[in-house]
Amino acid sequence: MTTSQHGFLGALPPAHRDRLAEFAHEVEIPAGARIFEEGGAADRFWIIRSGGAALDVHVPGRPPPVVETLGEGDLLGWSWLFEPYRWHLGAQARGRLRAAEFDAGRVRTACGQDPAFGLAVTGAVAAVIARRLKATRTRLLDLYAPPGAGAGGGDG
Amino acid sequence: MTAPGAVGRSAALPVPYRVAARAAGAPGTATIVLEPVRSALPPFTPGQFAMVYAFGVGDIPLSVSGIDGDRLTHTVRSVGPVSAALHGLEAGATVGVRGPFGTDWGLPAAAGRDLLVVAGGIGLAPLRPLVRAALAAPGEYGRLNVLIGSRTPQDLLYAQETRAWAPRARVLVTVDRPDGRWRGEVGVVTALLDRAGFDPGTAAAFVCGPEPMIRATAAELVRLGADPGRIMVSLERTMHCATGHCGHCQLGPLLLCRDGPVVSWTTAEPLLLVREL
Ligand SMILES: Cc1cc2nc3c(=O)[nH]c(=O)nc-3n(C[C@H](O)[C@H](O)[C@H](O)COP(=O)(O)OP(=O)(O)OC[C@H]3O[C@@H](n4cnc5c(N)ncnc54)[C@H](O)[C@@H]3O)c2cc1C
Ligand code: FES
Repeated sequence: MTTSQHGFLGALPPAHRDRLAEFAHEVEIPAGARIFEEGGAADRFWIIRSGGAALDVHVPGRPPPVVETLGEGDLLGWSWLFEPYRWHLGAQARGRLRAAEFDAGRVRTACGQDPAFGLAVTGAVAAVIARRLKATRTRLLDLYAPPGAGAGGGDG
Repeated sequence: MTAPGAVGRSAALPVPYRVAARAAGAPGTATIVLEPVRSALPPFTPGQFAMVYAFGVGDIPLSVSGIDGDRLTHTVRSVGPVSAALHGLEAGATVGVRGPFGTDWGLPAAAGRDLLVVAGGIGLAPLRPLVRAALAAPGEYGRLNVLIGSRTPQDLLYAQETRAWAPRARVLVTVDRPDGRWRGEVGVVTALLDRAGFDPGTAAAFVCGPEPMIRATAAELVRLGADPGRIMVSLERTMHCATGHCGHCQLGPLLLCRDGPVVSWTTAEPLLLVREL
């Protein structure tokens, strides 16, 4: 695995980045494949090398709406770090996806054994969660809606 | 950023322009091309705006979304009486136009730098002439990135044209609410920043859209290492005179019709973070 500087890995100090890389192997996921399903065991996670993934929500009776797309350098999956270790969204590969796949159980164990490493990984994952939470809140404003159509609005 | 502003007659008296063409765009928006009936206004630069008067209804500020010789293009979203009247105009109709008003994007000052254009919703309208100017000057600037955020795929402005900007520019588009057919990105426009190709330390950024979007984008750019003085944002306030006299467009110490709409993030940030001015 090359230790890319940007995206999720860019948030980790080099030593911890290299340590994390020990738990990874490269995978290729075919276009359209389901990567994980809401409620399933979150035993792995990925850092996207190329291609993209769409996160979706299960809604009974209709195709799962996509709530966010992820691309190169992004962390795919964080439910593995927090109990009950179950996916809270679904994910599907868009186009052929190349990613570094990590064994979540081994990473968690390493985090427990080495608090400095654990803190670094947890901090980097928390930063991703914070950004996605912020993005979700921003979207709740219905940002680009015409004035009066939503809580947001605004013009050029 | 330059601040030529309108001087003399064109600032006070509307000059007649004819609607040469009209194209309906995203729902509720139309792009109208105006040509002078007799004499033209002084030239506009990207980022500046005109006061466009729908006779018998009123006038509103509209940014130029295209500049082609004496012809002015505006993209108008119908939200109230004046914008609805302008939105509904057919080719051949006459309007009154005052301008050019306000500061522009100051593109020439970004020579040699990577350019980052970030647009939310109809915020792409005032940025379009900037992108066109950058594309028309190959070699003048570094990498050109255009990041576009839209509510739905249907709300995307100039969809065909923006596709044609690639591969000369890196154009990334994201929507908040995809429909079943949308195969592009989903999420807020700030999420695209990681996927653009620019040097945050030296790039020049140009941002226009709803204020929360401007704030989120500028904050993220600063986090990535951008110089707040090189993040240009376009701000909006209600305008009446557009000549710096009535005070309607005041934002703190600024009169946005004269000192804006384009200001640097260094200037805008403290003003936008104050709750009431
Ligand atoms: C410098 C500048 C450049 C602009 N460029 C463009 C442009 O290129 N294209 C375009 O469509 N519009 C543009 N606008 C916004 C446009 O001027 C307003 O939408 C217009 O003034 C509305 O007038 P109205 O009489 O149709 O509606 P009004 O009766 O004034 O307003 C109708 C409703 O819309 C709300 N509203 C009006 N304007 C805005 C706004 N800007 N943001 C949020 N809510 C608003 C009002 O609060 C009201 O609820 C620009 C504004 C400025 C200041
Ligand atoms: S609109 Fe009158 S002072 Fe700016």
